[in-house]
Amino acid sequence: MSELLKLADGIVERARPGEQVEAYLGRSHHTEVKVFDGGVESLSSADTQGVGVRVIVDGRQGFAYAASLDETIVAETLEEARDNAAFGTVDEYLGLVAPDGVEPVDLDLYRPELASFPTDRKVEMALELERAVRAADSRIRGLESAEYGDSTSESAIATTQGIRATTRRSGCSIVASALAGEGTGTMTGTGYSVARTPEDLDMAKAVKDAAEKSTRLLGARKPASRRVTVLLDPSVSSSFLGLLSSGLSASSVIKGRSLFAGRVGEAVAVPFLTLVDDPTEPLAWGAGRYDAEGLASRRNVLISGGVLQGFLHNSYTGRRCDQPSNASAVRGGYRSTPGVGSRALSLTPGDRTQEQLMADVGDGLLVQSVTGLHSGANPISGDFSVGVEGLLFRDGAPAEPVREATIASTLQRMLLDLVAVGGDREWLPGGAAGMTLVIGDVQLSGS
Amino acid sequence: MIDEAVVARVLAAALRTGGDFAEVFAEDKLSSSARLDDGKIEELTSGRDRGAGIRVVRDDTTGFAHTSDLTEEGLRAAAEAAGAAARGGGGGVREVALTRRNNTSPHEVQILPEDVAKSRKADLLLKANDAARAAGGAVRQVGATYGDSHRKILVANSDGLLTTDDQVRTRLMVSCVASGDTGMQTGYEAPGRTIGFELFDEVDPADIAREAARRALVMLKARPAPSGTLPVVLKRGAGGVLFHEACGHGLEADLVGRDASVFRDKVGTQVASPLVNLVDDGTYAREWGTYAIDDEGHPAQRNSLIENGELTDYMWDHLRARKAGRQSSGNGRRQSYHHLPMVRMTNTYVLAGEEDPEEIIRQTPHGIYCVQLGGGQVNTATGDFVFGITEAYMIENGEITHPIRSANLIGNGPEVLRAIDAVGNDFDTWTGTCGKDGQGVPVSSGQPTLRVSAMTVGGTAA
Repeated sequence: MSELLKLADGIVERARPGEQVEAYLGRSHHTEVKVFDGGVESLSSADTQGVGVRVIVDGRQGFAYAASLDETIVAETLEEARDNAAFGTVDEYLGLVAPDGVEPVDLDLYRPELASFPTDRKVEMALELERAVRAADSRIRGLESAEYGDSTSESAIATTQGIRATTRRSGCSIVASALAGEGTGTMTGTGYSVARTPEDLDMAKAVKDAAEKSTRLLGARKPASRRVTVLLDPSVSSSFLGLLSSGLSASSVIKGRSLFAGRVGEAVAVPFLTLVDDPTEPLAWGAGRYDAEGLASRRNVLISGGVLQGFLHNSYTGRRCDQPSNASAVRGGYRSTPGVGSRALSLTPGDRTQEQLMADVGDGLLVQSVTGLHSGANPISGDFSVGVEGLLFRDGAPAEPVREATIASTLQRMLLDLVAVGGDREWLPGGAAGMTLVIGDVQLSGS
Repeated sequence: MIDEAVVARVLAAALRTGGDFAEVFAEDKLSSSARLDDGKIEELTSGRDRGAGIRVVRDDTTGFAHTSDLTEEGLRAAAEAAGAAARGGGGGVREVALTRRNNTSPHEVQILPEDVAKSRKADLLLKANDAARAAGGAVRQVGATYGDSHRKILVANSDGLLTTDDQVRTRLMVSCVASGDTGMQTGYEAPGRTIGFELFDEVDPADIAREAARRALVMLKARPAPSGTLPVVLKRGAGGVLFHEACGHGLEADLVGRDASVFRDKVGTQVASPLVNLVDDGTYAREWGTYAIDDEGHPAQRNSLIENGELTDYMWDHLRARKAGRQSSGNGRRQSYHHLPMVRMTNTYVLAGEEDPEEIIRQTPHGIYCVQLGGGQVNTATGDFVFGITEAYMIENGEITHPIRSANLIGNGPEVLRAIDAVGNDFDTWTGTCGKDGQGVPVSSGQPTLRVSAMTVGGTAA
């Protein structure tokens, strides 16, 4: 039995009569190598561990966490959570989830070889990444950053209601940001690769992306304002899917913060759009055997044929809506109580490549990167306006690069203005997959 | 937090592999928060973060490790890991003699958050909820969060420094959703200061809630924001984030040093309109980005960055200053003991000018007036930056007219700084969290009412 689960059991055993207690324990090990100008700038290695304790008693909830598994501190944390519960509002729907009999799918998320991968080779990979990006194109004058990072983590949940779940995962990444051109004409481009183990990292792809994305923007100018058809690159469409995700949480619906509230059974998107959250998909970065309350993960269809099917639930929202949790509890580690959210959101991919889609569309803007998503997109009203860099294309072929421009629409309209979904699905860190999306009639603002 | 003799032995252990600088950063942080949503106090949370980060520098390489184990054994293990990462050929035994340095706090804290009854924290939220809901029937949802933190830090390094600081922060955040014919809109207000519970002697939760509700209600009447290039007037306080993004990040010596800033090699040159005087001031009493010492033990300073449009200096941390053969400017910060410090802003603001703010609006025939901004982002290498408007209005014939819906504005830092053509004689600040390289730190920004002659507004209206 995992050591963490044993510790979690130890906390739960101390529950008093009438109390529901949940102990969530997490432990992780990280390594990060940053290189600059052919040398190691920093090498960090760190172990993190902590506990989050939730106590529900007399219809009230309290929570406390500590970044330590020290016995005295853990005991204090339980006491604090217990004390905090006295100040919550009584809510009859509060309660820990009971096991629902669904068996978890075995996912291959932990690779022991990462733990034994030598640090020197991690350093070499970061140095090689920097060298290769620099050598990829003579117009690249340097790198803003080049780094290798990895982590292995495990967590355990135990509750007085009989939940006992453990998870282990490993992951690593390389990421480089290239600087191309000189002075005020400088442009940047990022390339990366993520995998469960270093052997699976795609160095060539990371290098090619950083080099191409920075150099193809050289000479970029502010475009004239107009309405355009846009192609969103996979990394961009993944961020947009992430924005939709909050509206699909039953918690947002119940609290009147969802633009999808009251629309189950209605057409909210074009008929060829199907949106699924499937954390049992092993390729998904957010895949996991269990949700954050310890129920086995499952596949949830949210939009099918353009029609809204339902929402993501944890046990609390499920109780409020008189239905079971669909195992969509998420939490930011041991520091917070479970909320509701997606972990592996994806549209059903189409079958066209980005180049083919560009040819199909003819004239438009390929959006390579966006900025200001947090300041310019409001998932409640649906309004969005974001800074963009990318390439205009004409007659299906790349034309002038653009910078210092924005695109704006609403999330509601975007789902109805979707023209095509690419076949180039990429699973990215974060809760959503990316693929090229074609969206018609978006406002481009420039000069 | 840790015994002085232990710290000295841990530093000596850290240097054993040949490092030329070693540092112990220990932190013990108590936080508490209370969250109200949907009319209910959902929960109170207590948090404890305690640990130490140890770094060893050898030439241009930094080794770093952190631990939550503050025993001598735990600290030594972290010191050895950090030392191994920065290992060199040399090494040997080096004694570290520590001298304790006391610091002067920019202001006194009156009421420590841990001394306040939890029920009083919860009551603030109920008061905010009632006030927001009383603001109008269209207010359909209210979320309110109270948060405080008491962070004790200790910094010791192989230069012999040993110093400590106590940092207390308190904040209240209220967000409202209003619903009408045009759908839902949101309003937000979130004051915070580096003081204790006395914050609420000057800030009434009901006023904060009414302001958040007013904003959501105003936005229900908003029309689509324009699309294209327009003059932009920023109300006092609201637009400090523009300078944070347009040039603040670009003046951080780490980004300048890696040739990732458009402001590289620009000290002594005119980078902004002569009307612009920009300061970063970690000593600004009670502001959100204030402290007695930074996370490398250097006392906070008031640093002048731009004077009459001329760039006077960058912001510096220990490593970057050491390399340049100068003193740190007190801008070495980190989110927690889990992180390496880097150059960060504190309270960044533009000094007041001479013009009457109302006159600035009157002298603007057609443009937009920004009352609240919602954060931003910059690419320091290209200078392009965005910031979001969360409450803004059209200016037509010198008068403020209808509200406009939220949008991002985009510009290029060096161009926008030169395009500032009016600076008012008023001033206010804004509380925020600045993110850089995955680390968030509390900051504030400030400015008088001012005008940028042209910026691209990213709305949907033609």
